[in-house]
Amino acid sequence: MFRERRCIRCGTCQTVCAQGAISVVGDVVSTDREKCTLCGTCVEACYAEAREIVGREVTVAEVMAEIEQDIAFYDQSGGGVTLSGGEPLVQRDFLLALLRACQEKEIHTAVDTCGFATWETLDRLREHVDLFLYDLKLMDDARHPKFTGVSNETILRNLQRLSTLGHDIILRVPIIPGINDDEENIRRTGAFAAALPRLNQLNVLPYHHAGADKCSRLNRIYGLPETRPPSDERMFEIVQILQGFGLPIKIGG
Amino acid sequence: MTMSQRVARLRQQSLDARPTISTERAELMTEFYRQDLGLVSAPVRRALAFQYLMEHKTICINDGELIVGEKGPAPKATPTYPELCCHSLEDLDILNSREKISFDVSPEARKVYEETIIPFWRGKTMRELIFQEMTEEWKAAYEAGIFTEFMEQRSPGHCVLDDKIYKKGFLDFKRDIQRSLDSLDYLNDPDAYDKQEELKAMDICADALIRFAERHAEKALELAQQEADPQRKRELERIAEVCSYVPAHAPRDLWEALQYYWFVHLGVTTELNPWDSFNPGRLDQHLYPFFNPPLSPPVGGMKGGEEGDHKGAPLPRQQAEELLQCFWIKFNNQPAPPKVGVTAAESSTYTDFAQINLGGLKEDGADGVNELTFLLLDVVEEMRLLQPSASIQVSKKSPDRFIKRAGRIIRTGFGQPSVFNADLVVQELVRQGKSLADARNGGTSGCVETGAFGKENNNLSGYFNMPKVLEITLHNGVDPRTGKKIGLETGDPTQFETFEQLFEAYRKQLHYFVDIKVRGNNVVERLYARYIPAPFLSLLIDDCIASGKDYHDGGARYDTTYIQGVGVGTMADALTALKYHVFDRKTLTMAELLAALGDDFVGYERTRQLLLNKTPKYGNDDDYADDVMVAVFDAYFDAIDGRPTTKGGTYRINLLPTTVHVYFGSVIGATPDGRRAANPLSEGISPVQGSDRRGPTAVVKSVAKMDHVRTGGTLLNQKFTPQLLGDDGGLDNLVHLIRTFFKLDGHHIQFNVVDAATLRAAQQNPEQYRDLIVRVAGYSDYFCDLGQVLQDEIIARTEHQAF
Repeated sequence: MFRERRCIRCGTCQTVCAQGAISVVGDVVSTDREKCTLCGTCVEACYAEAREIVGREVTVAEVMAEIEQDIAFYDQSGGGVTLSGGEPLVQRDFLLALLRACQEKEIHTAVDTCGFATWETLDRLREHVDLFLYDLKLMDDARHPKFTGVSNETILRNLQRLSTLGHDIILRVPIIPGINDDEENIRRTGAFAAALPRLNQLNVLPYHHAGADKCSRLNRIYGLPETRPPSDERMFEIVQILQGFGLPIKIGG
Repeated sequence: MTMSQRVARLRQQSLDARPTISTERAELMTEFYRQDLGLVSAPVRRALAFQYLMEHKTICINDGELIVGEKGPAPKATPTYPELCCHSLEDLDILNSREKISFDVSPEARKVYEETIIPFWRGKTMRELIFQEMTEEWKAAYEAGIFTEFMEQRSPGHCVLDDKIYKKGFLDFKRDIQRSLDSLDYLNDPDAYDKQEELKAMDICADALIRFAERHAEKALELAQQEADPQRKRELERIAEVCSYVPAHAPRDLWEALQYYWFVHLGVTTELNPWDSFNPGRLDQHLYPFFNPPLSPPVGGMKGGEEGDHKGAPLPRQQAEELLQCFWIKFNNQPAPPKVGVTAAESSTYTDFAQINLGGLKEDGADGVNELTFLLLDVVEEMRLLQPSASIQVSKKSPDRFIKRAGRIIRTGFGQPSVFNADLVVQELVRQGKSLADARNGGTSGCVETGAFGKENNNLSGYFNMPKVLEITLHNGVDPRTGKKIGLETGDPTQFETFEQLFEAYRKQLHYFVDIKVRGNNVVERLYARYIPAPFLSLLIDDCIASGKDYHDGGARYDTTYIQGVGVGTMADALTALKYHVFDRKTLTMAELLAALGDDFVGYERTRQLLLNKTPKYGNDDDYADDVMVAVFDAYFDAIDGRPTTKGGTYRINLLPTTVHVYFGSVIGATPDGRRAANPLSEGISPVQGSDRRGPTAVVKSVAKMDHVRTGGTLLNQKFTPQLLGDDGGLDNLVHLIRTFFKLDGHHIQFNVVDAATLRAAQQNPEQYRDLIVRVAGYSDYFCDLGQVLQDEIIARTEHQAF
């Protein structure tokens, strides 16, 4: 990622790049992503912190050291650690080790997931997870793959099983205008959630534009340039529909 | 709570009143001193001067007021104190015309100064005497901006009242004074005569205040006679009654209690101009007995009656609210005495820092939060005035809803109340040797200063510029701004091989300048004790009557002198940068770094970015930087804490800036943390503005590594956007943050809740943001009254968007 406003045009990145992938011509700094091997040398060399590789390798111990810094706050507020992503279940073994380490220190754990994993994976992790933050994006499986790349069958089945087994779950429903905010999807979502044996809360999350900035830092095209966040009135309507199913709803979360 | 029409009018009058210079006090003081009184002791002379003022100053009763009395002839008519600091004509012109914190000076006032005040007082003022008595080293350090001198324009202060006036009248104090006089041992006590004079002086002052109140009663009756409106007539008659009864007698009801305090406040701030004016302290504790029926309904019945120690006639809640609101407005009518020069820069504000404490602990250790605490919080929220300031004193025993209630006010962006750790305050006082009872009855005053209310002289003597001392260390004793050698030769920094060597050099330099400051203080203390005692203030603070000694001369039960350390954050980051890059990583040599600083980073942008970004910073829960902060703190503590004063007291430290971090920054070049020359320093103990990048939890963790209990107060500022506290969840998080910080033994925290866009807009269009109050240091102020550098600095203070 490149943060253009921080760049001081010193040209050090260009000098240190072994692949010759960076060019600084006048005010314009560009990176040839074909040549870039993500070695990270330019990131280190940039004192203005205008360059960033998103993601780094860490050990469980390193992550725990950071988590444990805030124990005083967890104790006071009843909070804990939330493991999110991307999709944390993709790193199953690391996640398991981390969750175990948290439990050993009696730190409350929450996992934020889309639920797309084998039951075997979830089954192994779930005894170490105090709270699931579980996405519920789109009920119609005819349309689900178009927007996510996969069917929602596994996702819904996993959710059903976790709920039946008595886990604490907060459902997270992003509201994306023109994609999943139609009345039918809202109603089907409400019906499904209401039929779950156990559900702590359902959070509706209004779409926001913050991702567009990240995209430009990665030189990518943003997929929904025209979409605006849903209005307060629209959110209110949606909440009303869902409350009609007797569900505990919160906007945001 | 809502405002009555009366209160709304009085409040508007207060907001609209222009701060002006009133020459009345100066003229009266001059008239008095012109008299040849022959051989009169200093305390008696000052008492007679006080009496003269109280007998002759204009009595002001504003339309519709319930609580009466102003420091000057009208709201915000601000007196001057030429016997301490006589403003020159140039000073008056600056006061009149300067953009910020100005005071109107009428042509008549200017003429009075030109023809009467200046000619008389030139050569006779305390300020001149102080500068005359200070050494060349002191003057060099003062001019370089190493420290400030609090007493060069104002008298020793930071004083807070306890509950004595709610139980005793001035006639009772006179009896105490007489008892003390009667017990003087002229045979064996060599100080008997001096004590006699001091006690005589106190007695004169007691009479003077009683007379002052009576003059208000007379005026009120006069107005009543002319008053057509029957309701107002009754009120004026009641005012006359109140002003005849107090302060001579202990108050019988809430109205008398408030009026009594107010007369005392005017007395203290007319006698002299002590820092932080005066302060009723633990108001919710002191006024609680005056609510009858008691504010909490008695068990099993509706009638309050005369149960317990509740006083006076049944008081309808609405009237109580109105009286308290009127009381609040009185403080707002009293701008701080006009300052000039350095004193203006270090405390650039109209506010005079009466910090009303709410909550805390009772003397027996029980939770002090009561229904009046909540009522007063309502008053704070409703009145939304610059003065007085208010704080909540949070103990383990305080209920969460107390903090949440304050949180609802904080999130309106008002900047009040500030939040203190009552349990830690008790520990601080007990560490200093106060009794447990006195400690629990204490609290905080001014910005964040800890004190045993009613029993202590906890005086602040001046700010100390730690980063400037570091700069001088890095130049081997020379101030690079002037080229003058004003410090010790502690070694060529390019020759230091270890960080410890550098730090040792800094420590030596620090001790050298602290010695200079203390030597100066010890003389200033004597000057005040000898030439300008404060017999009126003395009769209010234990144990001056019993000991027969003046407040300025060790009469109080406890005597503490503070030197306020400034720039902890900047120091931590600057020294961390040196340690990390020059000594540990060897990214830069000392010479290279000094060259970059010398050129204010011009041509060294990459180096500046390195220092700003690729360096551990205080405020991020990173032990590398936080350990350096602790070392800076320990060095400052070791240099000061425990030294004796000339009053039988002890030196202690606290860490707060008011606005001096702007002035102190202006005399320092670029610093190793990446700060550009002349920019403000960090404020209080907060991280350098913009360096805390891991959220308020990390800030709290870092700050808590300091051992606050060894101070007499620390100041932490945090800035939040309004959204953060917008709902109940946000308020809950605020409570959690505060509780955790206090669990970790933090002393104080305060919150600015205004988004940067609003502040920037206010900079562009100040006329549209006249009422915008923000938190500066230990107080709130109108954003538009702040100098631009301070405005920019507040905007830059890290704005957290999420917990």
